Amino acid sequence: MNSSLAKIVGFTAAAVLPLSMSNLAFAHWAYVSNEKDDTVSVIDTETDEVIKTIDVGERPRGVTLSRDFQTLYICASDSDTVQVMSVVDDKILHELPSGEDPEQFALHPDNKHLYIANEDDAIATVVDVETRTVVAQIDVGVEPEGMAVSHDGKFAIVTSETSNMAHWIDTEAQSIVANTLVDQRPRDAEFTLDDKELWVSSEIGGTVSIIDSESKEITHTLNFAIPGISSDRIQPVGMELTKDGKWAFIALGPSNHVAVVNRDTLEVTDYILVGRRVWHMALTPEQDKLYTTNGVSGDVTVVDVASRKAIKTIKVGRFPWGVTILPSEHVPN
Amino acid sequence: MVNAKILINWIYPVPILFLSSMFIGAAQAADELDVNVLYVEQRIERPPVLSNLVVWPEDDGERGAELGVNDNNASGRFLGQKYNLEKLIVAIDENPLIPVRKALAGQSRMVVLNVDAKTLLAIADMPEAADDLLFNARSTDTNLRDDLCRSNVLHTAPSRVMLTDALMQFLNKRKWRNLFLIKGNRPGDIALAESMQRSAKKFQLKIVQEKSWITDADMRRNAAQEVPVFTQARKYDVVVVTDESRDFSQYILYNTWLPRPVVGSSGMRPVAWSPVIEQWGAAQLQSRFEKLSDRSMTEVDYANWAAVRSIGEAVTRINSVQAAEVRQYILSDEFELAGFKGAALNFRAWNGQLRQTVQLVHANAVVANAPIEGFLHARTELDTLGLDEPESRCDAFR
Repeated sequence: MNSSLAKIVGFTAAAVLPLSMSNLAFAHWAYVSNEKDDTVSVIDTETDEVIKTIDVGERPRGVTLSRDFQTLYICASDSDTVQVMSVVDDKILHELPSGEDPEQFALHPDNKHLYIANEDDAIATVVDVETRTVVAQIDVGVEPEGMAVSHDGKFAIVTSETSNMAHWIDTEAQSIVANTLVDQRPRDAEFTLDDKELWVSSEIGGTVSIIDSESKEITHTLNFAIPGISSDRIQPVGMELTKDGKWAFIALGPSNHVAVVNRDTLEVTDYILVGRRVWHMALTPEQDKLYTTNGVSGDVTVVDVASRKAIKTIKVGRFPWGVTILPSEHVPN
Repeated sequence: MVNAKILINWIYPVPILFLSSMFIGAAQAADELDVNVLYVEQRIERPPVLSNLVVWPEDDGERGAELGVNDNNASGRFLGQKYNLEKLIVAIDENPLIPVRKALAGQSRMVVLNVDAKTLLAIADMPEAADDLLFNARSTDTNLRDDLCRSNVLHTAPSRVMLTDALMQFLNKRKWRNLFLIKGNRPGDIALAESMQRSAKKFQLKIVQEKSWITDADMRRNAAQEVPVFTQARKYDVVVVTDESRDFSQYILYNTWLPRPVVGSSGMRPVAWSPVIEQWGAAQLQSRFEKLSDRSMTEVDYANWAAVRSIGEAVTRINSVQAAEVRQYILSDEFELAGFKGAALNFRAWNGQLRQTVQLVHANAVVANAPIEGFLHARTELDTLGLDEPESRCDAFR
């Protein structure tokens, strides 16, 4: 017993050392939008505690950071606007003309064009964040939701939940050049880092479609099964792909689990139990921790990526929805 | 006679090629595939009711079908499909069979029927309808899914027994085991009461008292005097009332002899749709509907919407407007419809009934979503609601 205790202590001591050395380097901020509280919670990823709660517009959902990490964009759905907040002093600098009911968005690598899904109007709005003007409005399918821009900036993707399509928007022409039919209720879209694949999750279909960016055809469909949980409850929503190209994390909504997918074999290797109705996720820059927003339980689960285990639950506001992480080097003093 | 649908496929071979690979270039949208849906409605005469507050929309169901077509077209424009809704609405005193027969003659059609059970059967049995695909988007008569089922009819409206099963699952879960059943006197009320009895037995609940409603009282004034006496009994956990036209059931609440909840046609009701449903993205469907109709979406609107959307889903996936092919796909394992009710919806292969969750609602909120957790089924928990395959007396689908 003594020796095992010593092992634990020894292990802890060894683990603490690099952590404490990197105190400053690893204290990122995770911004979490609370849909039914009209706030954004900020979590310090070193202590994994909420350090502040910021009042924002009505029904905040999508959140994303500018490429220079100076500002946070917030989809305030019921205020029909995208708010631009300074990460330095949490002040709302201005609002962008977003079109009605903005839900999700994606920022082009040029740091200038924001692609916004307008859920109630079946359009995607492209806003120039510098001039704060609408550059284009593109007709898409019913209930546009998921948004992604390829890393090379060529394509913007919008998924339409009721039309069950991923629309491919040419960012030069600002028009749709192709549509890929996927399973029921596509929610989230993510490009792989090399832009060769587009991943689209289908909430009601219960699948993730992997689409080849060249042919725009589905090359593989991922399915999920969790023992003891009805397949109707397994509803893929948010996705996070690791930078090393090896793993994918898929939030499975009301099944309260996150699936871990091996991207070489395309097999699910783990199901991690998190909070209730898991929506979206964000990985730390080191890719060592995953933060999940759990809508129904009103909290964020911290998952240790290496061990595939949930290590902490952090209470935030009501119905946390979106999450994005500000790297430590940009965290204001 | 040349079949119009075959002709359409022959004229537009290009989009078919592209669709088969699930990738649709934007350029193909110029060639259009016409998808014609016939909407048949007979306006119904509502029975007189006590309360002036009970108002049924004139265009109940019609607007749901319209929204379905709008939704289909919003997707269809990327796929080179154009959906049209041809409406055939007959007045209360008009015989619908004559114009329907004419409309169905000579071609296979896809038809959404917003008519009562008797008219539905008469249409389904017309020789002209034999090669058509009909959707029952109104009648909840369980028999239409059972011994009176027809192979050319699919049902997007739930059966009464699906609704009553949902309610009884909830009562079982809450352990409210002793029921006081108040039956209305109209045919629908009696059918609903029979369904309540059947479901109570299935979920091991006991009807300890059963009474038919008294028809000669004006409950708006007298409820406080009449109802306590009427509901006098030694023991019951809950009052179940069947009153499909909402004539009297709303006056039972808070007037029962024992302080007990009221469920069934008032209080907490099992429904296929309600304006209070906002989860699962339903808020978007509600707001699209309200924008179109300036009123909230009813159960009949939902069933009509689901019928048109089912056609849209099938046509999108198989790129055919042949009624027989659409029917085959809809009844296959591949078919699924996102119906804003928390699970993918599809059809039961043994009787053509749309599998769906049932919501238990009161005036301001959803209380529970059935199937209630804990009621298990080998195939899907949705099949704990309504007629299951082994008990089905429907032979037309075998």
